[in-house]
Amino acid sequence: MKSLKVSGIGALAVALAFAVAGVSVSKDATAAWEPKKPVEFVIMAGKGGGADKMARLMQSVIEKHKFSSKPMTPINKPGGSGAEALIHLKQASDPDHTIMVTLNSFYTTPLRQEKLKIDPLSYTPIARMALDTFLLWVHKDSGIKNVDEFVKAAKSSGNKWIMAGTGKGQEDQLLTDFLNSAYDLDMKYVPFKGGGRVAKELAGKHANSTVNNPSEQLGFYQAGDTVPIAAFTPDRLPMFKDSPTFKELGKDYVYFMQRSVVGAPGMSKEAAAYYQNVFKQVYDSAEWQKYMKDKSLQGEYITGGDLQAFWKKEFENHRQMLTKMGEM
Amino acid sequence: MEILGHLLDGFAIAFEFQNLLLVIIGVTVGLFVGAMPGLGSVNGVAILLPVTFAVPPTGAIIFLAAIYYGAMYGGAISSIMLGIPGASTAVATTFDGRPLALQGKADHALIAAATASFAGGTISVILFTLFAPPLAAVALAFGSPEIFALMMLAFATFIGLGSDDIPKTIFSICIGLVLSTVGYDVISGEPRLLFLDITGFLHGINFLVLAIGIYGIGEMLWTIETSQGKMTVSQATLSISRFFDGMRKLTGSIKTMLMGSFLGYFVGILPAAGATPGSLMAYGVAKTMAKDPASYGKGNVDGVVAPEAANNAASTGSMLPMITLGIPGSPTTAILLGGMVIWGLEPGPRMFIEQTEFVWGLIGSLYVANLFSVIINLAFIPVFLWVLRLPFTILAPMIFVACVIGGFAPIQDMHDVWLMLIFGVVGYLMRKLDYPMAPAVLAIVLGPLAEPALRQSLLISDGSFAIFFERPISGGIMAVTIFVFVLPIYRAIRTRLRGSSAGGAA
Repeated sequence: MKSLKVSGIGALAVALAFAVAGVSVSKDATAAWEPKKPVEFVIMAGKGGGADKMARLMQSVIEKHKFSSKPMTPINKPGGSGAEALIHLKQASDPDHTIMVTLNSFYTTPLRQEKLKIDPLSYTPIARMALDTFLLWVHKDSGIKNVDEFVKAAKSSGNKWIMAGTGKGQEDQLLTDFLNSAYDLDMKYVPFKGGGRVAKELAGKHANSTVNNPSEQLGFYQAGDTVPIAAFTPDRLPMFKDSPTFKELGKDYVYFMQRSVVGAPGMSKEAAAYYQNVFKQVYDSAEWQKYMKDKSLQGEYITGGDLQAFWKKEFENHRQMLTKMGEM
Repeated sequence: MEILGHLLDGFAIAFEFQNLLLVIIGVTVGLFVGAMPGLGSVNGVAILLPVTFAVPPTGAIIFLAAIYYGAMYGGAISSIMLGIPGASTAVATTFDGRPLALQGKADHALIAAATASFAGGTISVILFTLFAPPLAAVALAFGSPEIFALMMLAFATFIGLGSDDIPKTIFSICIGLVLSTVGYDVISGEPRLLFLDITGFLHGINFLVLAIGIYGIGEMLWTIETSQGKMTVSQATLSISRFFDGMRKLTGSIKTMLMGSFLGYFVGILPAAGATPGSLMAYGVAKTMAKDPASYGKGNVDGVVAPEAANNAASTGSMLPMITLGIPGSPTTAILLGGMVIWGLEPGPRMFIEQTEFVWGLIGSLYVANLFSVIINLAFIPVFLWVLRLPFTILAPMIFVACVIGGFAPIQDMHDVWLMLIFGVVGYLMRKLDYPMAPAVLAIVLGPLAEPALRQSLLISDGSFAIFFERPISGGIMAVTIFVFVLPIYRAIRTRLRGSSAGGAA
């Protein structure tokens, strides 16, 4: 009897969350609700990775400016390529005090692990903080300066050409698959744990190319070890003005990594409004704006229904990409 | 000479009043964080990272590095006193530290640990000062085949121990390897070996859960059985004369200390390895090189010296790829790296040129942190010894509570606590059957490093094992591995031949 009642409440709460998503939130509502205890701030990735660094930056900005009346306690749940974090939120006993930093495994993990029965669209949209960009990188010593030379070199090496990337079926492999089919290549994809490790594989010449985010390659790039030859963005990035986009080169392909904050499914409307306001302030802070500029991050702050619509579109995109790859 | 000038500048920064204060507070906090089972330097640094916004980046890194350092000293304390590894890096310290404490020589073990930590820390900082850029190039030259070869060497040092039962050692390693494969597989991108589809297995089995289960719970059960609850763990006391006696005895361990320091430093600079494998390998090597390997695990001071020198050396070592390459050498440096990003610094090959104040301030403070760690640690030894004089009926519940906290703290999931209790009971039973448990712990630490490296290498080579022998670095390491592996078999055959010929004569 009791469990029935609880699940009834849960369903109601989910319905409410959907309602929140459709309605734009007024500022007055934020004054009403405040967290009553420390907020669990789940990080859908391991310690030290890109998502983790970003989450800890958000936490310290919140702490420094006292944007939140209760502290946010970060917990890393990298297990199962984010599956553990998604399940943790889905089963959260207190959805009003559970939020999560997420990335594109928000789409790919539920798609690839169907038996988890996770619907990303059931999570409460709080904030899209940034869109991380991708570039195609090679080592300086390869002498490759543009995509034509890259294609020529990769073609002549056949499947001896090593593309290092993060886990299988994740962003880096989607991009590798695109390059393989768009330029008729047969690059070999070798997965490593984390983008930092991938960047090091290229700098140490254990791989021929990578599709790292700028933040992962920045150190080696500034030292002149690695070269970005093209970007997967709609326009050239200010930091890499000499690297053309694939769009310019006649391939209509753009890919971003979301850096977003989501709430547990079933979070109350008032709580969602509170966190949306907190993260809006983080987004507008000088620290976050500087970080976005330094790491070549893109993207406006979006929330509520806009964010939900964005997820819906991206989820569908990933479903198509993964189906084409035979990963589903 | 240029280095000397930089180093003097670094000391000037480290001795600024505020920075000196940060070092002292940092090492003291680190000492206690490290001594708490389950809470290691990773937790200490992660928790205190947001606090560091109040000070400039140089002060912040000095503070966090001091915590990191202090925790390396502190980890040894509960390993020796309670038999529970205080931090993952101190797992190997329990192997001999605990037997020493049970023999009433806890003071010797603690002095040895502190002194070895100091030696490891100091030697590694000197290496860091002199050879940072060329060593960064070595770290970069390590690809998957090299990492796999190094892991094989680590395993060989543990199998190649004439004194233990080799089939039982291999069995123990296999158990550890199987446990290490649970969870998410990065190569196939699929979860695997999820027992009964329990979601807690998705994050894999943290080796601290296994180590605390075996050494904490298992050890406690064992002590209860053997003592019937009527014992005091140890009657160790410390007087001035015993202190100097302990220091004097350490002169025999200088060789082990040097070996542990160099090995630990080298393993530490390799990306992804860090202090835990470094200290386990140092223990294995010390045992292999020893004249009396049979005394290891039964209370040999060298068995404390080797891992403690190595884990401090490795913690300095792992800062090298962090600063020069922007790649963390250990989980703690991964957090430090995150901190540097937040402070607006860009770690990478240009750090040494552009951020001289930061880099040399850090290096200078490492020397200072080392000195204060050893002083504070030695000063606290009488307090630690007092804990050991408590009756076991009081100590046992304390150990149990510490184990539960230690199992829960790393990932904050009750699933791990249950798992730890199960491992405790299994560990106790395996101990009754005389299975060595250290190899299982080694395997669960090294497995997650060795397995992806093996599969990445084979992917690159299209399945050919020749890749491990064709490349100069991995080929060299493999040759040493085979030698270490074959040596005890050769020794065993020789002794058996002699034994049988002697038997024939009689």
